Amino acid sequence: MSTRLATGGTRLNRARQVEFTFNGKRLHGFEGDTLASALLANDQLLMGRSFKYHRPRGVVASGAEEPNALVGLGEGTRFEPNQRATTTELFHGLIAESQNHWPSLDFDIGAINSKLSRFLPAGFYYKTFMAPRAAWKHLFEPIIRKSAGLGRPTEPGDPDRYEHFHIHLDLLIVGGGIAGLQAALVAAETGRKVLLIEQEAHWGGRAVVDGVKIEGKTAAEWVAETVEKLTEYPNVALRTRFMGSGVYDHGYALAYERVSDHAPATGGPRHRLWRIRTGQIITATGALERPLSFAGNDTPGVMLASAVRDYVESYGVSPGDRTVVVTNNDDAYRTALSLHQAGLTVPAVIDARAMVNGPLVEAVKAAGIRVETGKGIASASGGKRLKSVDICAQAGEGAVLESIACDALAMSGGWSPVVHLWSHCGGKLLWSNDYFHFHPDETRFPTDDKGAQYVRTAGIASGAMRSADVLENAAQSAAAALGVTAPKAASATDDDEGPMAPVWVMPQGAGKAKKSKMWLDFQNDVKVSDVELAAQEGYKSVEHTKRYTTLGMATDQGKLSNINGLAVLSQALNQPIPETGTTTFRPPYTPISLASIAGPARGNTFQPLRKTPIQSWHDAHGADYEPVGQWRRPFCYKKPGETREEAVSREVRNTRESLGLLDASTLGKILVKGPDAGKFLDMLYTNMMSTLKPGKCRYGLMCNENGFLIDDGVVAKLSENSYLVHTTTGGADHIHAHMEDWLQCEWWDWQVYTANLTEAYAQIAVVGPNARKLLEKLGGLDVSKEALPFMGWVEGELAGLPVRAYRISFSGELSYELAVPANQGLALWKTLVDQGAEWGISPYGTEALHILRAEKGFIMIGDETDGTVIPQDLNLHWAISKKKEDFLGKRAQERSHMADPDRWKLVGLQTLDGSTLPDGAYALDEGANENGQRNTQGRVTSTYHSPTFGRGIAMGLVRHGPDRMGEVLKFNKVDGSTIEAKLVDPVLYDPEGEKQNV
Amino acid sequence: MLKFTCPACRIEACESELVNGGEAHLTRSGPGDSDEMFERYLFMRKNPKGVHFERWRHAMGCGKWFIAARHTATLEVFGTYPAQAHEPPADVIAAIKSRYPAWEGFK
Repeated sequence: MSTRLATGGTRLNRARQVEFTFNGKRLHGFEGDTLASALLANDQLLMGRSFKYHRPRGVVASGAEEPNALVGLGEGTRFEPNQRATTTELFHGLIAESQNHWPSLDFDIGAINSKLSRFLPAGFYYKTFMAPRAAWKHLFEPIIRKSAGLGRPTEPGDPDRYEHFHIHLDLLIVGGGIAGLQAALVAAETGRKVLLIEQEAHWGGRAVVDGVKIEGKTAAEWVAETVEKLTEYPNVALRTRFMGSGVYDHGYALAYERVSDHAPATGGPRHRLWRIRTGQIITATGALERPLSFAGNDTPGVMLASAVRDYVESYGVSPGDRTVVVTNNDDAYRTALSLHQAGLTVPAVIDARAMVNGPLVEAVKAAGIRVETGKGIASASGGKRLKSVDICAQAGEGAVLESIACDALAMSGGWSPVVHLWSHCGGKLLWSNDYFHFHPDETRFPTDDKGAQYVRTAGIASGAMRSADVLENAAQSAAAALGVTAPKAASATDDDEGPMAPVWVMPQGAGKAKKSKMWLDFQNDVKVSDVELAAQEGYKSVEHTKRYTTLGMATDQGKLSNINGLAVLSQALNQPIPETGTTTFRPPYTPISLASIAGPARGNTFQPLRKTPIQSWHDAHGADYEPVGQWRRPFCYKKPGETREEAVSREVRNTRESLGLLDASTLGKILVKGPDAGKFLDMLYTNMMSTLKPGKCRYGLMCNENGFLIDDGVVAKLSENSYLVHTTTGGADHIHAHMEDWLQCEWWDWQVYTANLTEAYAQIAVVGPNARKLLEKLGGLDVSKEALPFMGWVEGELAGLPVRAYRISFSGELSYELAVPANQGLALWKTLVDQGAEWGISPYGTEALHILRAEKGFIMIGDETDGTVIPQDLNLHWAISKKKEDFLGKRAQERSHMADPDRWKLVGLQTLDGSTLPDGAYALDEGANENGQRNTQGRVTSTYHSPTFGRGIAMGLVRHGPDRMGEVLKFNKVDGSTIEAKLVDPVLYDPEGEKQNV
Repeated sequence: MLKFTCPACRIEACESELVNGGEAHLTRSGPGDSDEMFERYLFMRKNPKGVHFERWRHAMGCGKWFIAARHTATLEVFGTYPAQAHEPPADVIAAIKSRYPAWEGFK
């Protein structure tokens, strides 16, 4: 059994007991425990079930690389799935649950998958679920969704706070082991601004556990003194629980701080995402131990040798009473010694190497521990808890020589430097034939904006495997990063180690049966046999093999499995490992919370909300809003008891019959001014603007260089060299940017100035047969037909307010748009509402606006256009100048496809039964295309129920549409049925324009 | 997250304050030009692994367009200059040549 030792545990405070809950069971640990060490101390070795086969799984590692011990943490709105027990610090009241099992962790129905594993090989999804299509929806997908997926989703309403911090540095050092500390010591002396970060809560990394001596002291003493010393430098900041997540271009880095995960509800944010811009980055990220691939290596109780050592030394926990050690290197002997010194039994050290010597081996032998060389594990067995291991010759096929009873197995396949951050921005790797790992190639480094190296590695992350080299390398890296001469590094000693041997499969000649029980990726259940199958089926690229087998695609991103997996692939392809290469390392290094990425951008602060000066009135009068860009515009104003549809109908009728009011302040208003303003607008619009006279307005279309419509609106000429351009609500910002682009980059010698005045004015449309009467009642401005004809504008005082009145109409009614300085918008609106009461004035929203314009056959950018529509498609030839030599889009509209007579063109659509066409519906044509899809000959672009006509009205684009008036076409509906509609003139309301021109 | 110094306001701006405008120094083609010329102007873009001239706008800053000379593989920036230029200025050309003597040159 696994249990708490009577003594020991450097990280523990045994005076402070901590109570927590696992699967509803109340357990105890100590302050300083991780959830994993506390569970082990309570003999809870089984911590989860695997992803695919639901195999029982125990903890394998002691840190960020853990693939198995994933739990759901917290409850209610604070619940979070897939948290690693090994990096979860224990706190009083912690609630954890295991995942991926039903009904319980101990008894899981899904484990039947394990028995079926030979029917679930690599690429199983691709092979099995080919057809039929319906089977996906009703059979395969529901089953897969139920059985796959780790954990359960969080609940909405996370009450915690998440922050983004920005910081500028000279040097970021990632990793607070002895290498990071040594690098910081060198950097501190230079006076440059340095941040040293460590993902765990403790400084010193592995050296503290592994008996390293530095400057004649224990590593723990040196680490404590160094941290103390570093805190005295004002230019150095040290932060723990702070993970270097990713390195990006030009010295940008992201770091993830777990501020209060270990102490919830203590105030302050839960996580912080640090957005760092730094001159230099040193990654002192250490190394990770690799598992060994033998049959049954996923049995609970089989752990990494370094993790076993960590649990004994740092947490005073014994993973088992009898622990066998299996290794291909000397480092694992340290684990045997740790166990022995803790009074635990080590029945044997099984070493795959034929020849072993060196002080660690001698020390183990001297302790009376049996060392078997040239041997391997034929299989480990025990189900939910390891019971025994079978020993065989490593060189053979696995004939069992002996069975050893044990309840824990410490394995070591060697160490791989953590090169993730080095690789994120293009740092390349070299293969070491001494340590059989990839390490950074110092000559092929990530470069910054000056073309200079900005990422360096330090310590074991560089491939420096001995402590003295680690410190030396770290000092040199820091000095090189900051351009100073490297001072003498701290001196270090550790036990000498003999050469390791590569062992990718144990035993070497293992057959298929054994290989199908050798796990490479514990979390995603990928075995040696799966990778070999992929190679056999022709997957030669490691990137393809990864995706086919899902090797390294779990939440641990293959921290344990990648090197072993690509070694197996290389062997199967019969090529050297460096030729196979690695998969791409991508941020984040370990998973970070989505909430930290969102930071403060959620709820009301998700994005800025733009409000017109009249919004408070809308709020108070039943406005039912819809988002339009960053604005919220009233869709309609609901009276008590009204539905949306009823409100919209009333607003339309009221406007047509008497008087309506629209807040049009969101409309883009861009001032274009200067001697060349007219010439510039002639290039921007398809029609002629320079001929406009002051006091007049003109409707215009704007296209991009591709010829496609991008905006439309009314231009008012203010004075000889000054125009006010009205854009669509959504277009204001990008049309202004479009203007600046052409002015700055193409016609920079033209004298034109632009200013976006959208928010400087409130604009109110007074619409309906009684509009003039209302304005005349307010007084101060002559708004008669003679003084202010259609498409004219005047300036003056109306009801004592300074207004500019434009006689323009987007509804077909008599209409004035009144612009006032924004701060007087609400006053004008209220005056209009009060004084218009005698005509039953009523505000209308965007839906009524749409219906009014559709009844009149006016197009709407974004409805009739979608980025592929040219003005000619909309029969707007009258708005395209034939006199102008050039305008944006002119040449493109001459291209053969644009001039094609088969292009779909605008028509009105009238359903035979009076119903409303579905939006986006297609006009069906005969036959099918080469993909077997029904041919189409048009589509609906705008469709509404018209209160004016008491039936559905619509516009659409139809092949040869204008030539086919009166023809009836079938339009599809989502339910598979069709609806018939006749092609008609899109202008339904007042085709002669008698109403707007009075 | 690239960074460029805006030649208009001299601020060293992060990519998140900038908007990319694609390849720089295009010659506009219009009415009267052949289909081939217009196609080249509208669609054909260089995609070099190496030195590239591209347009950026300091959209979240001063609003000015500028041109950056950048190596697309190493991300080295050789210089930035205002958009009102028909070709790269001499100092930027010199900076590129000093780093990449074999560079085939502009155009």
